[in-house]
Amino acid sequence: MIKIMLTAALVLFSVAIAIALYRIISGPSLPDRVVAMDMIVVNLISAVAIISILLETKAFLEVILILGILAFISTIALSKYVERGVIIERKRNR
Amino acid sequence: MRKTNDLILQTVTKIVSFMIFMFALHIFFAGHNNPGGGFVGGLLTSGAIVLLLLAYDLKTVAGSLPIDYKILIAVGLLFAVGTGLGSLVFDVPFLTHAHDIFTLPILGETHLHTAVLFDIGVYLVVVGTTMTIIQTIGENE
Repeated sequence: MIKIMLTAALVLFSVAIAIALYRIISGPSLPDRVVAMDMIVVNLISAVAIISILLETKAFLEVILILGILAFISTIALSKYVERGVIIERKRNR
Repeated sequence: MRKTNDLILQTVTKIVSFMIFMFALHIFFAGHNNPGGGFVGGLLTSGAIVLLLLAYDLKTVAGSLPIDYKILIAVGLLFAVGTGLGSLVFDVPFLTHAHDIFTLPILGETHLHTAVLFDIGVYLVVVGTTMTIIQTIGENE
């Protein structure tokens, strides 16, 4: 029973990822695609958690944290590129 | 140009970068018995420094972390080679590692292994290489 529920949750997460993928492909502007990428990583984190329950292992718990950190840093980098046009500044003029 | 304000980003960075540093340290020391090790730990440490670079600028980060990353690569390689050469002192082949269980004052019985010294070398080389690449690209106008 629990296996059926977990598999159904995985299918629903993959549907959510597919919807976000549609937004990445046909998104009219760059910020749409950035938010869709962030949403894909959040769904991927949940999918990894469910897979680690299905495989009955604790070896993937670091993957969840690392994916969260990477999604945070990359979303900040992309949004800084959208806002300023430069990702790493030499000297801030303030 | 529009006046911008990064107060939320800089406040979050002050907390989250320390969390990433601690997680990198954990994943470095857990590498012997769990997933992790020097490579992932080094990449996460450079990820924390990259987050600092994103929230502040190159000069501020260089002022608060005065590290020449090219020297860090050399120190890491020295650690790795020194671990290998240290085994020659005890008349065993190159890169032979030794381990034993010691009783430390606070930690109690601890399993110490010389492979950690080699892993420190890997860690320093990964941090140095990643940060050299990112800083060199970022300084390019």
